[in-house]
Amino acid sequence: MLYTPFEIKETVDMFLRQKLDIRAITLGVSLLDCASASGSESRRRIRDKLLRIAGPLVRVGEEIETEYGIPIINKRVSVTPIALVAAASDETDYSPWAKTLDEVAKELGIDFIGGFSALVQKGIAPGDRRLIDSIPRALAGTDRVCASVNVASTKSGINMDAVKEMGRIIKEAASLSADRDGLACAKFVVFCNAPEDNPFMAGAFHGPGEGDSCLNVGVSGPGVIKAAIESCRGASFDILADTIKKTAFKITRMGQLVGSEAARRLGVPFGILDLSLAPTPEVGDSVARILEEMGLESTGTHGSTAALAMLTDMVKKGGVMASTSVGGLSGAFIPVSEDEGMVAAVRAGSLSIDKLEAMTCVCSVGLDMVAIPGDTRASTIAAIIADEMAIGMVNNKTTAVRIIPVPGKKAGDWAQFGGLLGGAPIIGVHDFSSETFIARGGRIPAPIHSFRN
Amino acid sequence: MKAIVSVVGSDKVGIIARVSNFLADRGINIDDISQTVLEGNFVMMMMVDLSKSSAQIGPLKAELETLGESLGVSIAMMHERVFGAMHRI
Repeated sequence: MLYTPFEIKETVDMFLRQKLDIRAITLGVSLLDCASASGSESRRRIRDKLLRIAGPLVRVGEEIETEYGIPIINKRVSVTPIALVAAASDETDYSPWAKTLDEVAKELGIDFIGGFSALVQKGIAPGDRRLIDSIPRALAGTDRVCASVNVASTKSGINMDAVKEMGRIIKEAASLSADRDGLACAKFVVFCNAPEDNPFMAGAFHGPGEGDSCLNVGVSGPGVIKAAIESCRGASFDILADTIKKTAFKITRMGQLVGSEAARRLGVPFGILDLSLAPTPEVGDSVARILEEMGLESTGTHGSTAALAMLTDMVKKGGVMASTSVGGLSGAFIPVSEDEGMVAAVRAGSLSIDKLEAMTCVCSVGLDMVAIPGDTRASTIAAIIADEMAIGMVNNKTTAVRIIPVPGKKAGDWAQFGGLLGGAPIIGVHDFSSETFIARGGRIPAPIHSFRN
Repeated sequence: MKAIVSVVGSDKVGIIARVSNFLADRGINIDDISQTVLEGNFVMMMMVDLSKSSAQIGPLKAELETLGESLGVSIAMMHERVFGAMHRI
C-alpha cells in the first residue's frame, strides 16, 4: 500500500473527528478599473465584473469539496478598498456601494464580501473621509458586507485623527444595530499593518498592490493541533513545539493542494495560503483549549502569553516549510465570542481585557470579537484601539481591533451575534478617562526601527 | 481519479466482501488493499480507481456511508491526492 494505515487513519480522523477544514476560499478582485465620475456607472461596472469573475466560485468550491472530501466552509470575495474606487465620483455617501456589494454577494451565494475599506495610516483623503463616515450606515443596512480601516503601520506610525474617528464610528454602528446587540460592529475591523491578501473576514480586502484577481485560501484546524498535542502530555516544550510544527505542516500541504486546484479551475492565479487556527463556537474547535491542553487551568492565567507565543510561532514555521505561498495572517486567532474556550475563560474570571491585550502581542491578529459595555465612551474605544495599534507598530506585526460596545448591556451580561460569530459575556473595561489623550489628534511617529532603508 | 477508501470499526465477518462487492457493482477497481488492527479497531484501507466507473462521486460517498452504517463501521472516501500532499514530500 502506498500509504500506511496509520497515515490514512491520521488524515481521515483530522477531517471526520477533529474538524479540519478549509475555512475560506476567498477570491480577491481588483475594482480599480470600475472607478467612474458617475457613482451609478461605477456600481454597474463593479456588479458586472464581480459576477463575471466570481460567478463560478461557489460551484467550484462545492465541486472540490465533494471530489476531494475536504470541507470548504466559506466561499468569499474580497475587493479593492472601496474608498479608492468611489473617490472618483462626486457622491458623498458611499453606502450605495455597500448595497451593491451586498446584492452581488447574495446573487453569488457567498456569505461575506470584504473591502468596504480605506487605508489611512498616513493621512485621510476626501474619498477615505466619505467612506469612513458611511461605514455605520453601510454596515447596518447590509448583511454580508465587511468593512475595515487601516489606521497605522510600522512605516507610517499611527494616525491618531483616524483612531479618534474609529471610536465614534464604532459607537454609531453599534447604536444603528442596537436591536441585534451591535452586530454591525462585528463586521468592522481596525488594522495596523493590514495584509493586502488576507482571506479571513471581516478584515479581508484586495490590496491595491495585488493583480487583477487571485485566489487566497484560509486553512484552520484548532481541533487537529489539540488532538496532536494530547499525545504529548508531560513532555517537554521541545517535543510539544515539534509536534505542533509537524501537524501545521500537514495541514498546510492540504491547503496548498485545495488552493491551487481551486485557482486552476477558476482560471485565476493562486495568491496565498493563510494557515490560521481560527476557532468557531463549536466544542472541539477552540484555540483556548489548546493553551489549556498545554497545562494551563484556564486561558488567561499566567503562562497564557508564553503558550500562545509558542503556538503561533510553530504554526508559522510548519506553514512556511510546507508552502512557499504562505501569507495573510498565519498563526492563531484569539477571538472571544467565536471560541467556546475563550468564552468559558471570561466567565471563569481568568481572562480580562488587559490579559487579552497582552496575548495579542503574540497572536497573529489582535483584540477580536470582544463585547464591551454599551456605555463605553467613544474616546475609551479609541484609546483601546490606540494601544493595540501601538503593539502592532512597534512589533512589526499585524494587529487589529474588532470590538462591540453592546447597546444597553453591562459587564457580565451576554451578547449574542449568532452563527460563526457566536456570543460572548461582556468584558469590563477601565472607567478612567482617556478623553484628553484622544482629543489631541495628529500622528504618533513611526518607531526608530522602521528606518531600515 | 484514484481515491482511498478507509473502513474503521469493530471487526465482523464479511466486511471486506460487502465493501468489495459494492465497489465491483459500480465498476470501481481496487488497486491495492491492506487490513490491520490499529488501536483496537479493525482498519481496512483500499486504493481504488474510479476512472472506469460512471458513478458520481457525491452520491457514491453517501452510499458508502450508508453501507458503513449497516455494517457498524465508519467508511470514508477521499481523493488520493490529499494523502499524497500530507504524507509525501
